Amino acid sequence: MDATGRRRWAIAGLTGPAYLWLALTVFLPLSAMFYFSFLTAAPIGGRESAFTLEHYIDFFTKSVYWFNARRSLELGVHVTLICILIGYPAALVLAKQISGRWREALFLLIILPFWSNALVRTFSWTMVLRGDGLIGRMINPLLPAGWEFDLLFTYPAIVIGLVHAYLPYAILTIYISLQAIDDSFIEAARSLGASRLKAFRRITLPLSIPGVLAGIFLIFVPVIGSFMEPRILGGKNAIMLGPIIENQFVTAFNWPLGSALSFIMLGIVLLVLAIASPVLRRHLSVG
Amino acid sequence: MTANTGRWIGRTYLGLVLVFLYLPIAIMILMAFNRSALYELPFTFDTVWFEALAKNDRLLTASFNSVVIAAVNAVIATTIGTLAALGLARYSFRGKRLLQILLFPPITIPWLIIGTSMLVFFFWTGIGRGLHAILLGHVALSLPYVIVVVGARLASFGPQLEEAAATLGATPWQTLWRVTVPILAPGIMAAALFAFAVSFDQFVISYFLASPGTSTLPVEIYTSIRKGFTPEINAISSIIILVSMGLMMLVVRHFRFGGER
Repeated sequence: MDATGRRRWAIAGLTGPAYLWLALTVFLPLSAMFYFSFLTAAPIGGRESAFTLEHYIDFFTKSVYWFNARRSLELGVHVTLICILIGYPAALVLAKQISGRWREALFLLIILPFWSNALVRTFSWTMVLRGDGLIGRMINPLLPAGWEFDLLFTYPAIVIGLVHAYLPYAILTIYISLQAIDDSFIEAARSLGASRLKAFRRITLPLSIPGVLAGIFLIFVPVIGSFMEPRILGGKNAIMLGPIIENQFVTAFNWPLGSALSFIMLGIVLLVLAIASPVLRRHLSVG
Repeated sequence: MTANTGRWIGRTYLGLVLVFLYLPIAIMILMAFNRSALYELPFTFDTVWFEALAKNDRLLTASFNSVVIAAVNAVIATTIGTLAALGLARYSFRGKRLLQILLFPPITIPWLIIGTSMLVFFFWTGIGRGLHAILLGHVALSLPYVIVVVGARLASFGPQLEEAAATLGATPWQTLWRVTVPILAPGIMAAALFAFAVSFDQFVISYFLASPGTSTLPVEIYTSIRKGFTPEINAISSIIILVSMGLMMLVVRHFRFGGER
């Protein structure tokens, strides 16, 4: 065997197993689901099925799907916005005010929950938000008549749970970009007479935009696709695209409709990415 | 505002963020040790829910499944992921860029979509649902992380050492085992722990691929929460959160995330 042949075999042998696995478990399934989304019924167990655009047309003509898609988008915007607003100052303090071992320890404390079990963390909020939970039992007797602390199964509960889930992501991405800023830029601005605020607005903020954008993207996409958090914390208020898709696969067994809705969700995600990509590319190449 | 007040405000703020992040977890662990099943106060310490847990066969079987799947997943994903990382790092070839881009869909497409598409495809092709299907899915989710983590380690040293070994007469196989793998060891170790954690914590994919009767711990917990509350869930959840945080501490010890070095 000649050298090029051997080289080719080495590349195929090294990368082959991983990519075959990914093909079998991710790329072929996505293609299969795309195919299913154009069928009248799932072709399983010898059932008859024919080509149709019905599910896609349904989405664009029936207001119930529009309504749910809009709620998903709103949820995505709310959660992302709150995460960035809370996360930015935290990242700033961590990157610019704290140093050494403390910084390392705090950083770890912040990202640790992110890598722990998402389901269990969501579940733990039910104990905090319910009216007869620990906080409810302490606060409710003190509240004036007509007021009651009982947030479980409301829209704010979904937002709180998701902010809790993705806040570490916002802090992480913003912290990384803040940390890369050379302090001497800020010192130079300050010695040239810029106020603290001006130095922040003209130097720190623009240079940290790549981290903010990365955070926005990394939070927005999974929030749009969430179904477990809305179900557990929102109860009947889980009126969003994610729970509807789950329904089609788990209880309604309308796989073609579920597939079409999944691809519409994927389309929304790609659209957001496409809109964001020129901005992302510009900022990420600078940073 | 003096620098000191600023520092004080900053630290208080960070403290509040940490309270927000850890409050629900702390309350859950506290409630796991409370005698009342209905969060009644005053708090009375009791391990009754842990005892109930020890008798709950469904949860115990599901825990066993979760650990086995996570371990097998770690072995498979680390092995084939490390090979792929080597191929991507040490050779340049046409289509390499595409292969690198193909690592993104499994991590960026919402799990809901990945999970349901696996369900559709596995059902259609006869692979079916069950623990084997869950394992297939978990490896797919772990692979991109393994390839990135091991790839980062590979990028930190050039091919010179391997070339030197080859020049000195080592066969490619000897070079791999005697030079590359020992240097890569910390990266491989971190990747394996990471893969274990990804699988152990994975809920969405497992949820769609579990067959009635056989499932993993997160799926079992979700079913219990939706069906109605059983307080053993508090106990097992507290154990899980401590295990998965402990695992990540281990990973961080082996490999720094966040870019600080």
